[in-house]
Amino acid sequence: MDFFKMFTRKKENSKNVAKERLKLVLVHDRSDLSPRFLEMIKGDIVKVISQYAEIDESEIEIKMTKMKKEGNKSPVSALVANIPIVNVKDKKK
Amino acid sequence: MAKEKMGTAIVITSGKGGVGKTTTSANIGTGLAKLGYSVVVLDADIGLRNLDVVMGLENRIVYDIVDVVEKNCKLKQALIKDKRHEKLYLLPAAQTKDKTAVKPEQMVELVNELKKSHDYIIIDSPAGIEQGFQYSIAGADRGIIVTTPEISAVRDADRVIGILEANELHDPQLIINRIRPDMVKRGDMMNIDDIIDILAIDLIGIVPDDESIVISTNKGEPVVMDEKALAGKAYRNIVRRITGEEVELLNLEENDESKFSKVLKLIFGK
Repeated sequence: MDFFKMFTRKKENSKNVAKERLKLVLVHDRSDLSPRFLEMIKGDIVKVISQYAEIDESEIEIKMTKMKKEGNKSPVSALVANIPIVNVKDKKK
Repeated sequence: MAKEKMGTAIVITSGKGGVGKTTTSANIGTGLAKLGYSVVVLDADIGLRNLDVVMGLENRIVYDIVDVVEKNCKLKQALIKDKRHEKLYLLPAAQTKDKTAVKPEQMVELVNELKKSHDYIIIDSPAGIEQGFQYSIAGADRGIIVTTPEISAVRDADRVIGILEANELHDPQLIINRIRPDMVKRGDMMNIDDIIDILAIDLIGIVPDDESIVISTNKGEPVVMDEKALAGKAYRNIVRRITGEEVELLNLEENDESKFSKVLKLIFGK
């Protein structure tokens, strides 16, 4: 429908890519969370969740990011964990 | 003897190298002198002296900042008077020493001494956040951070804002240098709002990427003196804002259009 948009949409504006990358990297820079610290958090999370489910440890991803909270204009830092669950353990056990 | 003043010391810093700190320092210093203020531009980049060549004063250096600190000469002897402006002086960096030659407390003393007889002290900070940076911000009352619209420069600017804050240098202001309106228009360069949004500090000015800066640096004449150059106007606006005047932000896009309309006028007559 929008004839011109068809062309501009072909590739994302590189400034938006820059802005997003910058935002992410600054979250790391601003928080004093070192990679070692993130590893420690990861270890503890794995320990806790392993009690309830079998997880794929090689696929775990834990990172700091910025998120927009509802009703809050400025983004807040968030710890995002992506933990693939292979199998839920038997609750009775 | 002139009555004692109480000048303001402003450090020009960036974190990242090559974003235009020295050019900015030379232009702000010269611009303030053009308005009639008494100004010292101080090159704090010991070992990598450059403010002298940007200002065209490299042939006049006898003493430098380390000589002053080590008391090999009097402060007045080391101040080089500008060729063109009556009340503009350069305090050059030492070229053969390293950044351990000046300590923060010595810098504070030096800057306070200069503030007694000048309206503005403009301190050109070295790149990085190590020793040289640390003494260059000591003694400053205000901080101006220079960045370009590049991801690496903005990242370093953010870091420096944090460090200035930690050193009790509050509310630094930002100059965005080397903006290319054509790239901003296409969406291939972060714009002013993008950068301000990310860094969350006050903007004191924008400077377009302008050939006239290279040309003026070649000649050793800060572009702020060039009435025709857009970058010159950008620096003149920044200088006026430093003195507390409210000046509208330079519209880089509009300038493109006015150039275009000039061309139209040339072709079609008035």
